[in-house]
Amino acid sequence: MPIPQDDPNDQDIYQEHVLDHYEDPYNRGPLAGATHAHDGKNPLCGDKIHVDLRLDENGRVAEAWFEGDGCVISQASASMLLEEIEGKTIEEVEKFSAEEMLKLFGPQLTPNRQKCCLLSWKVLKGALHRPVGTEADPSNTEEDETESQTSFGGPSLGEEQ
Amino acid sequence: MGLLDTDLLRRDFPVLERDVAGGKPLIYLDNAASTQRPRAVIDAMDECYLQYYSNVHRGIHTLSEESTKAFESARETTRDFLSASSIGEVIFTAGTTAAINTVARSWGDANVSSGDVILLLISEHHANIVPWHQLAERTGCRVEFIPVDDQFEISDETVAEYLDRLRPKMFAFAAASNTLGSEYPVKKWTAMAHEHDATVLIDAAQAAPHQEIDVRDWDAEFVVFSGHKVCGPTGIGVLYGKETILNAMPPFLGGGGMIMNVTTDGFTTQDLPEKFEAGTPPIVEAIGLAAALKYLKSIGMENIHAHERILGARADAGLRAIDGVRVIGPGPEKKGGINSFVIEGVHAHDVSAFLDGRGVAVRAGHHCTMPLHQALGVTATSRASCYLYNTVEEVDELIAAVADVRAKFARTGRRRRSRRSVESNA
Ligand SMILES: Cc1ncc(COP(=O)(O)O)c(C=O)c1O
Repeated sequence: MPIPQDDPNDQDIYQEHVLDHYEDPYNRGPLAGATHAHDGKNPLCGDKIHVDLRLDENGRVAEAWFEGDGCVISQASASMLLEEIEGKTIEEVEKFSAEEMLKLFGPQLTPNRQKCCLLSWKVLKGALHRPVGTEADPSNTEEDETESQTSFGGPSLGEEQ
Repeated sequence: MGLLDTDLLRRDFPVLERDVAGGKPLIYLDNAASTQRPRAVIDAMDECYLQYYSNVHRGIHTLSEESTKAFESARETTRDFLSASSIGEVIFTAGTTAAINTVARSWGDANVSSGDVILLLISEHHANIVPWHQLAERTGCRVEFIPVDDQFEISDETVAEYLDRLRPKMFAFAAASNTLGSEYPVKKWTAMAHEHDATVLIDAAQAAPHQEIDVRDWDAEFVVFSGHKVCGPTGIGVLYGKETILNAMPPFLGGGGMIMNVTTDGFTTQDLPEKFEAGTPPIVEAIGLAAALKYLKSIGMENIHAHERILGARADAGLRAIDGVRVIGPGPEKKGGINSFVIEGVHAHDVSAFLDGRGVAVRAGHHCTMPLHQALGVTATSRASCYLYNTVEEVDELIAAVADVRAKFARTGRRRRSRRSVESNA
């Protein structure tokens, strides 16, 4: 079915603030002394995100850093997300929804590109449960643990032909 | 031979008249993934559904007789398209993938054993890799790959060397690569493989849309292709096999349609081609496929090929001339209308999204050729693939848009406006 005219593509998804985050990201790099960490990728386009967190004794995300490789949307959204949640309580981060992430990003994305935008969000959620240096709880090691609970707003990205 | 009369031709493809998001006219350059349908195909399928659709073979009533006649005449059209010797050699499948799986399961399980080698090209589509990996899991055979050289080419000498050294049981390769665009010398390589007693499967998914195919001239044991890449419907493809070898193979899927007789103790199979067509076949899809093949023939496969080569060469030259663009494929004399490329510093997804904003539909990713991408050390490429309805103007717009990509994403010393500093200053 043709997408109606007020389609998200009408909007430039590469708005200035998106490109700003892409070129000058927030907390990009490794975090020495990370207490929690997680990785994820988007198999379709090869976007990769690694998130390092330092959770403090008060249950806050004291520091949040990321490293990654991939399209503008995946990398800029990681920067926006970490800037947004650093300093928040674990509970607040747990509650931060996919919808809120998309809203934080700004320009409306088509379902396929939402996956790129939600990659870091998904990895962040995973990192909260993955203490560094300990074997992760086996019930938690499922790669798509958060995905199964969350609608990504589009078809799953299979292989392109 | 020159360009086709696209002004006339494009009227056959209603979808090409539409605009895409952003109000730009559609420039469809994603034909290697799937082509568009001419009205002739849509009409043939509509006509069947509206006037005479019924299940085939088993019914003795007017509609079933008419459907069966149309279905079997579609098989004859397909036989003619391939220049196969008999209709028994033309098996309808769900597509290229299903056809290769049928061969790997049926021929593979019966003929391949531990230590045997299945030889492929590194540039094969996953459809021509995974079924062989699965066969390896079942039988203990090995899957080996012929690499491309630094010009993205594979020489006859390299093929000869691999055949000599590995003595494969099966040599399975694409007549044309869906990523590199390379067109390989099918007849020559098949003859070389036969000298080494290998069985040969040709993945013609990217050849059938663009070239004249004569399976008797190619002489491969198996040739497969998909309907949706030849302007036909999805859900249908063709497995051509030499009659002797198909007769010797066990059936793959079991069910209705493929049996002669079933008792509580067992079954006997139908003759070819039904032996490999269990269940209700893709009836209307076969009728649509035949309409597509007739449509292509009416334009002339050689004319289509010549048209695409001109467009492909123009795109190749235009892309290579852009600073920071690297074409992932051989020079134009070795390929058809497919051009894959990477732009330094810009992810393929961003290229594709930017081009979409200009109306240009290209594909971004690994195009189901992950081993090739791994071997080349690139995660993703953008791919522009031309077909008979594309124009010089469209190719020029592609080149112009690609030239603008780098400017859009170039690093210019931007600074993020920190939410934090804004807040703390407030
Ligand atoms: C070379 C090649 N082989 C196999 C396939 C798989 O075809 P299908 O998905 O129609 O089964 C494709 C296209 O997707 C292809 O380009």
